[in-house]
Amino acid sequence: MNVQEMILTLQRFWAEKNCLILQAYDVEKGAGTMNPMTFLRSIGPEPWNVAYVEPSRRPADGRYGENPNRLYQHHQFQVIMKPSPHNIQEIYLESLRQLGIKPEEHDIRFVEDNWEAPTLAAWGLGWEVWLDGMEITQFTYFQQVGGLDANPVAVEITYGLERLASYIQDKENVYDLEWVNGFTYGDVFLQNEYEQSKYSFEVADSGMLFSLFATFEKEAARILNEGLVIPAYDYVLKCSHVFNLLDAQGAISVTERTGYISRVRNLARECAKHYYEIRENLGFPMLKNEGDERNE
Amino acid sequence: MNKHTFLLEIGLEEMPARFVSASIRQLTAKVDSWLHDHQLAFESIHAYATPRRLAVLVKGLAEKQGDKEEEVRGPAKKIALDQEGNWTKAAQGFSRGQGVDVADLYFQEIKGEEYVFVKKFTEGRQTTALLPEIKEVVTGLQFPKNMKWGSHQLRYVRPIKWIVAMFGKDVIPFEITGVETAVRTLGHRFLGKQIELAHADDYAEALLREFVLPDPEERKAAIRSQIQHIADAEGWNIPIDEGLLEEVTNLVEYPTALYGQFDERFLNVPEDVLITSMREHQRYFPVKDKAGNLLPYFVTVRNGDHRHLENVQKGNEKVLRARLADAEFFYHEDLKQPLENGLKRLETIVYHEELGSIGDKVRRIKELAQQLGELAGLPNEQLEYVRRAAELCKADLVTQMVYEFPELEGKMGEEYARKSGEAPEVATAIYEHYLPKQSGDPVPATDIGAVVSIADKLDTVVSSFGIGQIPTGSQDPHGLRRQAAGIVQIFLDRNWKVDMLKVVDQAIKLCEKKGLLKRGQEDIRNDLVEFLKLRIKNLLQERGVQYDVIDAVLNTDIGNVQALVQKAQFLMERHSEEEFKHAVEAFSRVTNIAKKTSDPSRAVSEALLQKKEERELQRVTEEISGVMPELLTKGEIAAAYEELKRLTPVIHDYFDNIMVMAEDAEVKANRLAQMTETSRLILVFADFQAIVFHSEVESS
Repeated sequence: MNVQEMILTLQRFWAEKNCLILQAYDVEKGAGTMNPMTFLRSIGPEPWNVAYVEPSRRPADGRYGENPNRLYQHHQFQVIMKPSPHNIQEIYLESLRQLGIKPEEHDIRFVEDNWEAPTLAAWGLGWEVWLDGMEITQFTYFQQVGGLDANPVAVEITYGLERLASYIQDKENVYDLEWVNGFTYGDVFLQNEYEQSKYSFEVADSGMLFSLFATFEKEAARILNEGLVIPAYDYVLKCSHVFNLLDAQGAISVTERTGYISRVRNLARECAKHYYEIRENLGFPMLKNEGDERNE
Repeated sequence: MNKHTFLLEIGLEEMPARFVSASIRQLTAKVDSWLHDHQLAFESIHAYATPRRLAVLVKGLAEKQGDKEEEVRGPAKKIALDQEGNWTKAAQGFSRGQGVDVADLYFQEIKGEEYVFVKKFTEGRQTTALLPEIKEVVTGLQFPKNMKWGSHQLRYVRPIKWIVAMFGKDVIPFEITGVETAVRTLGHRFLGKQIELAHADDYAEALLREFVLPDPEERKAAIRSQIQHIADAEGWNIPIDEGLLEEVTNLVEYPTALYGQFDERFLNVPEDVLITSMREHQRYFPVKDKAGNLLPYFVTVRNGDHRHLENVQKGNEKVLRARLADAEFFYHEDLKQPLENGLKRLETIVYHEELGSIGDKVRRIKELAQQLGELAGLPNEQLEYVRRAAELCKADLVTQMVYEFPELEGKMGEEYARKSGEAPEVATAIYEHYLPKQSGDPVPATDIGAVVSIADKLDTVVSSFGIGQIPTGSQDPHGLRRQAAGIVQIFLDRNWKVDMLKVVDQAIKLCEKKGLLKRGQEDIRNDLVEFLKLRIKNLLQERGVQYDVIDAVLNTDIGNVQALVQKAQFLMERHSEEEFKHAVEAFSRVTNIAKKTSDPSRAVSEALLQKKEERELQRVTEEISGVMPELLTKGEIAAAYEELKRLTPVIHDYFDNIMVMAEDAEVKANRLAQMTETSRLILVFADFQAIVFHSEVESS
């Protein structure tokens, strides 16, 4: 099964489980969790089921396209279900079958993993799912998001598409994966990996990035004061990405690092708080279907 | 009375492996005490646990509580009957209150007075009526980390998926987070089916048919023998790490061991890196040959049966290959520059907000290590190694390998030091300075390693105390207790004749010089001494020293740890001897009466010593003072005690003939001064007053 078929299969599967199939968000980010369709929507009592593919940038993991496993940008297939359904593990395992992985012919384990995103003031408990010793999925019950207690609890399932594909296609090197019809992963992303790595480690102007961070941070706070949470959150994401670029360059000392993380976290908390209040003032409109759209 | 088996099974989404054993112990204990509290008799409890279930099987549980017949006393006869012999209001009220007729009342005499009595019968309640309340045991389990799920408010280790509660054949009804109890359990996640239990007794067998080995001990034994089987068949030696075995046992419901292999070229990467990759990251058992050399194989335990094992093997080999390729890459990258090149970057890593960078800490370690090395009398050549090892001891923190595998700190430092051409003594000391990492670990084997290790640990403890970060209760985020215990163990192991408290003082001074202390030096020192005393106390307890002996030695100067432990062992040996008891009596009389002095600093005046017993005590005390402390320092405990023992007849003689509390105030004050002086001498050896001679003294 090629990567494109994997994505289509997962989309079809989760669509049948009443998930909205949405698209990646157009601001740089390190993980699908940061997409507002996860971060903001898992706040508050309104039910929410969604799935999408998220290209996720981790500048520090860039390897100029030379490492067979590490990437500047990888792809996550992200699922959020709130409240978490009673049989969510079984649903997830069924999705693996759809990808051609029969659990009884492999060794599938749910291994404890406590997830934490310090820049988002978010944490959760769950597992990494191992397929014959390889971590293929993060499976997390959110406990806090933006510093707010999750109530009800959303479950997040994040498939690592490259990992899973390298297993399914039995490839050692990510660039040899077939995306579709003879197009390899390398055809699509190799140049991106090289250039982004080169930029992150050698070319990026840290002076400019520091000033961007300050500008974005200020703008986020200003927008929040205007009561606009979504554009403010965009700037929080930009802060986070700029921080990741600076971090990859080693431009931020360990002392300062904590400070930068807490600055992003404070903004994320504010966004969460404002988002909750806005939804509350609207009377949590998506609760209207409660009863017939509950997951349990 | 009829008895049945009671089964309680909590079905969960996969629990963290590290919680399983403690959780099932807790469930078993709580069910046991719940049954006792509810006066329900039973024969035995069996515990079962897998990552997906915690279960107890209570055998021979009585069908009902025992009936109770008790005598209840009412008012005295003279109050219960009026003058005509009729029941009074008081008696009628009593019988009504007890739910019996007045005709059932009878009299019985207690201490010469007759009282009204009634026999009261309480029928035991049915077990099935009580058992639904055992729900509180299920919801009351405590886990180290809890979570919420769905729309439920319960915090639990992981979501509850099913609950079996059955007494014999019958379901015991209750509900938790929307899950109703049933007689239905689940087999293995992929190989098994759902099971309707006909009877609680069928539990373990029914699960086994559905590919679940519910007894953790059986599962562990199965894994052990499967691994042994592979080792025998292939002619290998597969060391079993008990911690890993326990974890793997709690990661699977139906274990099948298998092996895979990796490219021999990876054997060029240090063995510790390979073992960490396999053991910590993948939960594999590394494989060795009979001579103890690592082989390019690994053993993993699958959660399932033998079918399609080749998929599992291939997949695991692929994962390990990628991991080892990464490790190999980091190793070669790190080797491109000498270890000391990392020192500059230590300046940018914060050790603690108030205590500066790791670079700052390294400078303190170096200075303190130098001082300790001199006190220990190390030759110049070794002192040079001490300085170099101290300088490099944290340099591996900025290597790629330690960034990736933090648990290899020290190990990589040693490896890279060797490859960078440092002296072997320095390389070894870099590794050793982390020892002992946890209780049960060895202490550093070399003087150089021991010196740097103490300097590092002492700096950590002293600087933390200096900013008021002192462990309380379960709060010990920087592991200061472990560090302090390590310091004590190392001092105990070395024959340095170095006063531990002197080194503590030097560490305090050093921190003061660097401007790190937020509290008074005297306060810090007192807290540290108490803290170290508790570590020594634990150490003595572990060695089986009685509490009273521990107190007796801890009330003396704790600077010489070796002498202190030897004294404790010496006192343990003498404890049961009659002569020893006689001596302790003498010593205690002195220390007791010395407390009555109002001027502890008063010196003894020779001129005021009127009687020969006084002069004799003075002479012997002075003689012993000149010899005994020196003997203690040298570790000649028995000889020191023989000296001290010379006081026994002198003291007894003294008290037979002399009143300390004399009429003459000057004479009395002088005698008290003499008592104080002798008492001080005795206390150099031990606080003998703490010794308890009851035959029932418990040894811990």
